Amino acid sequence: MTSVVATNQTILVVGGGISGMTAALEAAETGKQVVLVEKNPYLGGRTVQLYRYFPKMCHPTCGLEINLRRLKANPRIQVLTLAEVTGISGDKGAYSVSVKLKPRYVNSNCTACGECGKAVQTEIADEFNYNLGKIKAAYLPSNMAYPQRYVIDPSIIGTPDAERAKAACKYDAVNLDDREETISLNAGAIVWATGWQPYAAEKIVYYGYDRFPNVITNVEFERLADPHGPTGGKILRPSDGKEAKNVAFIQCAGSRDENHLRHCSRFCCMGSLKQTHYVQEAYGDEGKSTIYYIDIRAIDRFEDFYQKVKANPNVTFVKSKVARITEDKAGNPVCNGVNTEGYIRYANAHDLVVLAVGMEPSVKGVQIPAEVMSDSSGFIMADPANAGIFGAGCATNALDVNRAVQSATAAALRAIQVVNKVARAEA
Amino acid sequence: MSDLNQEMAARYKNNFLKEIEEQAEMGEWVKMCMQCGLCSGSCPTNFHSGWDHPPQEIFMLIRAGKREEVLNAQGMYMCTSCYNCYVRCPRKVPVTHVMHGIAEYAYRIGRAPKNQPTMHLSKTFWTNATKHGRVNEVQLTQSLYFKDGIGAGIKKAMEMQKEALGLVKAGRLNPMEALGMGHKCKDVKGIHAMLAKAEELEAKNKAAKA
Repeated sequence: MTSVVATNQTILVVGGGISGMTAALEAAETGKQVVLVEKNPYLGGRTVQLYRYFPKMCHPTCGLEINLRRLKANPRIQVLTLAEVTGISGDKGAYSVSVKLKPRYVNSNCTACGECGKAVQTEIADEFNYNLGKIKAAYLPSNMAYPQRYVIDPSIIGTPDAERAKAACKYDAVNLDDREETISLNAGAIVWATGWQPYAAEKIVYYGYDRFPNVITNVEFERLADPHGPTGGKILRPSDGKEAKNVAFIQCAGSRDENHLRHCSRFCCMGSLKQTHYVQEAYGDEGKSTIYYIDIRAIDRFEDFYQKVKANPNVTFVKSKVARITEDKAGNPVCNGVNTEGYIRYANAHDLVVLAVGMEPSVKGVQIPAEVMSDSSGFIMADPANAGIFGAGCATNALDVNRAVQSATAAALRAIQVVNKVARAEA
Repeated sequence: MSDLNQEMAARYKNNFLKEIEEQAEMGEWVKMCMQCGLCSGSCPTNFHSGWDHPPQEIFMLIRAGKREEVLNAQGMYMCTSCYNCYVRCPRKVPVTHVMHGIAEYAYRIGRAPKNQPTMHLSKTFWTNATKHGRVNEVQLTQSLYFKDGIGAGIKKAMEMQKEALGLVKAGRLNPMEALGMGHKCKDVKGIHAMLAKAEELEAKNKAAKA
C-alpha cells in the first residue's frame, strides 16, 4: 500500500508537466508540503516531448534537468506517478481527495539497466513518440524519465513475456503482483495543472490527416526532428521514408475556427517558425519550408524571431488558409487554395505537410471531480466558485512554456495563501 | 441607373458596409470575415470566366466602401450554392447566403447586369416552378437553350439529343411537357396562395428597412 503524508496544510498539484512541476516546486520551496500527482509514468508532460524551445532554440532537457534537481533536493514534495484523481470532496482548506494508482510492475529497486526491455518480445505503440514507432512492452518512457524506472505494460501481464521480464531482472525490481489501488489524502488547496492535448487533426476532414500518411501534426514533427525520436532526428516522411526537404506548415489547423477550436492557440505560429529551423538545419539550402497562414501571431516579444525567419530565403510565406489537401501519384501531399495576396489559385505539392494543430484543454470532456468553472473552450477560469481549486498552465489557457510557468507560479501563490490561512486557524 | 440605386447611394453616402448590412439579406455577416481565403479555396467553380471577385474579396471591397466595384462585380452571380464555403468558414459566415443576398440586392436596385446567365436561370426557374408547383423540365430546358436565339438553341438541342433520349427512355423526362402536360402539383392554388403570402411578408420586411 502506498502511503502519503498529507494534511489540510498540504497543497495537491494535479498534473506533473512543466506547469505542475513549477507550481509544486514554488510552493514547496516556500516551505509547504506538496503532493504532485501525474497520470503518466514520468514527469515533464508535453514539454519533454519537444525537440527544442523557441525563441532560444534550447533543448527542453535543460530546463527539465534544473527542475528535476530542485525536485530531488526537496523533501517536501511527494510525487505519485501513474496516478489519477478520481474524487474530491470537502471545501477550501479541507479537501479529501481520492487518487487511483495504476500498477507499474516495477519497484524502486530498478536501476534502469534495460535487461527487462531486452528480454520482452511484445511491442506496443510508442506513446511518447505520438505512436510514430513501436517500443518493447517493458520500457523507459524517455531518456529523461523521472522517476528513472522502467514500466511494464499491463497488456503483457499474465503472459510468458512478463515472466521473461522478471527473470531478466538482476535487482528483483519486477513485481508482477502489483495491483491497482485507490488512496485518499487530505489537502487544503488544489492546483489543477492537467495541461493540453493536440486537437484531433482528423476532425479537419479536408486536410485528410487520417487519409494521407504524409500529413502529420506539429507535435509529431517535433518527434521526427528529435535525435531521440523514431527516426533518430532525421526528417523522413512516414509513407516511404524519403527525406522531407520541401515541408509545408499549415497554421490555424483547428484553431480560430468556430467549427473546431474557438480560440487562438497562441503557440502554433511560433512553433512552426521554430520548426522551419529544423528543416534548414537538416538540409541546408535544399530544405525549403512554406508557411500557409491567416496572419502570423508571434506573441509577446517574439516579433524579432518572426522577422529572422522571414529573412530566410528558404522559407516562403503564403497568406492563405489551405482549403484542401490532395495527394498526387508520387504520394506527395498537395495543398490547394487561394493566395489572398493577389487571389491566385495554387496547387502546391510538398514532401510533407505539417498541420500546426491547436491546443485543446485536457480538462475538456474530462470530468473534474469538483465544481470548477470553465470558459467556452473548456479552459478553467479564475472564479470564486472554484474555492480552493486553482487552474494552472494550459488547463487555464493556450500558453507557451514561458507563460505556463508564469501561470503556475501565480497558482502556487494562491494555493499558498489558502494553506497559510489553514495554518493560522490551526495554530 | 435606376432611381432606387441613386436613392440608396445618397442615403448611405460613403457607408457601403452599412448599406449592405441593412439592405442585403445576411449582409450583417460581412464584417465577420477574417480574410483567410478558405471560401475561395474551397470553391469548386475554380473561378472560371466571370469570377472577377471571389467571396472574401467582395467582403473586403464592401468594407472598403467600393460601391461601384461591388455592384459591377460578377462574383455574386457565379455561386452554384454547393455550400462548401458555408460549412467550412471558420467564422461560421453563411458565405453562400451572403453572396445571394448581395446579388438579390443588386438586382433589386437595378444594378444586376442584363442577361447574366445564372440570374437568367434563377428567374426562368422561378417562373417555371411556381406556375404549376413543380418544374416543367422540357419548357425550362427550351427557354434556356433558346436564350441566345433560335440558331444557338437548335445547335444546343442537337448536341444534347443523346442525353435527352436517354432520359426519356429511363422515364426521367416526359416529352409531353413541351405541351404543358406532365407532372404538376396537386394543390396549385394552395401553392400560389402560399407564395403570395410569402411575397407579402417579404415586401413588408423590406418596406420596414427602406
